[in-house]
Amino acid sequence: MPFDDPAFWRAGAISTTVVMSIVLAMLTIDSLEAIAPGGSHVPPYTVINRHIDYAHNAKLGRDMPTIGQDEPLFGRAVEAPEAAALIERGKLVIQSRACIDCHTFMGNGAYYGPDLTKAWLDPAWEAWAAITGAESREEAMVRFLMAPDQYATWQRRMPNLGISRDEAVATVAYLKWLASIDTNGFPIHFGRIKVSE
Amino acid sequence: MSRSKSLAVKYLAAAVLLFGVMTLAGLASAVYYINPDFLFGFVPFNVAKILHIDTMIIWLLMGFMGAVYWFLPEEFGCEPAGIWAAEILFWVFVAAVLAVAAIFVFVQWGPGTETTLWLFQQGRKYVEAPRWAAIGVALVMLVFAWNVVGTALKARRITGVMAVMSVNMVPLVLLYLIAFPKIDNMAVDLYWWWWLVHLWVEATWEILIGCIMALAMMKLLGTSRRIVEGWLYVEVALVLGTGILGLGHHYFWIGTPDYWLGIGGFFSALEPLPLLGMVVHAVYDAGVHRMKTSNQPAFYWTLAEAFGNFLGGGVFGFMITLPQLNLFAHGTQWTVSHGHFAFWGAYACGVLSVCYIALQEQRRLVTVNGSGWVWAFVLLNGGLIGMVGSLLVAGMAQAFFERAIGGSTLEAFIAGQENPWFMLGMYSRFGFGLMFAAGYLTLAWNLSALGRRQVAAVPQPMPAE
Repeated sequence: MPFDDPAFWRAGAISTTVVMSIVLAMLTIDSLEAIAPGGSHVPPYTVINRHIDYAHNAKLGRDMPTIGQDEPLFGRAVEAPEAAALIERGKLVIQSRACIDCHTFMGNGAYYGPDLTKAWLDPAWEAWAAITGAESREEAMVRFLMAPDQYATWQRRMPNLGISRDEAVATVAYLKWLASIDTNGFPIHFGRIKVSE
Repeated sequence: MSRSKSLAVKYLAAAVLLFGVMTLAGLASAVYYINPDFLFGFVPFNVAKILHIDTMIIWLLMGFMGAVYWFLPEEFGCEPAGIWAAEILFWVFVAAVLAVAAIFVFVQWGPGTETTLWLFQQGRKYVEAPRWAAIGVALVMLVFAWNVVGTALKARRITGVMAVMSVNMVPLVLLYLIAFPKIDNMAVDLYWWWWLVHLWVEATWEILIGCIMALAMMKLLGTSRRIVEGWLYVEVALVLGTGILGLGHHYFWIGTPDYWLGIGGFFSALEPLPLLGMVVHAVYDAGVHRMKTSNQPAFYWTLAEAFGNFLGGGVFGFMITLPQLNLFAHGTQWTVSHGHFAFWGAYACGVLSVCYIALQEQRRLVTVNGSGWVWAFVLLNGGLIGMVGSLLVAGMAQAFFERAIGGSTLEAFIAGQENPWFMLGMYSRFGFGLMFAAGYLTLAWNLSALGRRQVAAVPQPMPAE
C-alpha cells in the first residue's frame, strides 16, 4: 500500500476512530457505574448524615475521603428521598448562581475563588463559626452564603447572590456530599498543613 | 458574489466584532485580579468571565461557519442547499447572542429553579447560555450541517475534504446536545460536560479547522488536493486516535476510577503528534513555495495557526497532562496559560487567516499586503505570548504555594494568590492584555480599511449557480 495514497490514510483514519470510540464507550459504561451515587467512588446522598473526613491512605499512596459515625446535618438525619431532594436543590443553586465561573469543583471552573471540592472540610470554618456567631460548621456556612457581603473574607469579596435559607441549606448539603467523593487524591493533603505556621 | 459568500462575510464580520467583546471582557476579568473592587456590585467577576469565555466560543464558531460558507460554493460549484434557512438563522443567531449578553449583564442570576436554567442561565462553564438560546444554537448547527451535507447530495459529487467535513457534522450536532441537561451528580455532570468541551471543542472543532485550513492551503499556495487530503486523513487519524481516549486526562480527579490516570496520561501525551504534523506540513509547503503568495496576512496567520496549535495545544498541554504533575497544576492559572495559547493557536489564527482570504476576493485585490496587518499580527501574537508567559509564572507559583505546599484550603488559596510571583504574573498579564487589545483594534481597522484605496482588479471567477 503506497504511503502517498490518500486512500491508505483514509482507511487508517476510519479504523482508528472506530476502535477508539468503541473503547471509550466500554470505559464510559464502567465509569458511569462507578460514579453513580452508591457506586465504588461516589457515596449515596445519605452520606450527609455521616461524619466525613479526608486522610492519607498509605496503602494506596494517596489521600482518600473517610466516612465515619453518624453526624447528621443540623443534627437531623434525613431519609434517602429528602437527601436526594437536597442534592437536587443544591445543584440548582450552584448552577443558577454560576458558582463555577468564580470557583472550581474538582478543579474545573474559574480560578477567582477557592476550589470547593473539599470546602466542607476546610479548617477555616472553625474561625467562621465564631465570626458568624454560629454554633456549628453547617450553620456558619449557611450564614455566610446568605450574606457573604457582610463577612468579607479578604480583598476579594463574594457578591450577595440573594441565596435564601433553604437554598443555603441545600448548598451546604451538596458541599458535604461532594467532599465524600473519592477524587483519586485531589487535592493533595487538603487541610493537613497550616500555612500560617 | 454568491449568496453563500455574502453570508460568509456576514458571519466573519460578526465573528470579528465578538472577538472584540471577548477581548474587552477578558481585560475586565484581568483587572479584577489586580483590583477586586473593580465593577464589584455592578458586573461581578463571574459575569465578566462568562462574557469572556462564551463570546470566545461563539466568535470562533461563527468564524468557522463563515469559512465553510465561503468555501462551500467553490468546492461544489453551486449554492449550498437550504441557504435561505442559513440566511434567516444568521440574524436569529445574532439577535440571540445580543439577548443573552444583555441577560448576563443585567439579570446575572435567578433563583435555584429549573425556570432560571430555561430563561436566564444554566451555570455550566462555556455553556452558561439559557436553554432557549441553546436550542437556537442547536438549530443553527442543524441547519449548518444540512447546508454542508445537503450541498454534497445536491451536487452529486464530493471531495475528500468535504467528505471529512460532512461526517464531522454528525458529532458536531450531537455532542452539543450535552449543553442541555441538569445532572445532580457533579461527577456524572462533569463526565458528560467533558465530552462537550473535549470531544466537541477539541476534536470536532479540530477536524473542522483542519478541513478549513486544507481548503485555505489550496487557495493560498496552490497545494495539490492529493497532498492536502492525504495530510488531512493523517491528522484525523492522529487527532481522534490520540484525542478520543486523551479525553481521559480530564477524568483524573472528578471521581472516576483511577485507570483513567494511566489511559488519560498516555493518550493525551501523544496528542501533540498531529499538531507536530501540521507544523511540518506548513513549513514544507511554505518552503516549496518560497513564502510567495498574493495574500501575505492570510499566509502568515496560517503559519501562526500551525505553530500556535503545536506550541499552545501540544507543548503547553503536554506540560501539565501527566497526572503526576497535573495533581498540582490542575485548576490553577497554569491551566489558563495553556487554554489561552491553545485556543489562540488552534482556532483563532485560522479564522483570521480566512478573514483575509475572503477580504481579498470580496474587495477584488490582486495582492493583500501593507504594514497594517503586520502591526496587528505582531501586537496580537506578542500580547498573547506575553499573557501566556505571565499566566504560566502565576500558575506555577499557585501550583507550588497553594497546591503542593499549602494543601488547597482557603488559607492556602489566599497565600497562593497573594504570593508576589503570582501578583507579578497578574500585573504582567494585564499589561500584555492591553497590548493584545491594541492588536485587536489594529486588526479591526486593517480589515475594514485594507484595499479600499487600491485599484480594483479583475474579480476571480465565480462558481456556477
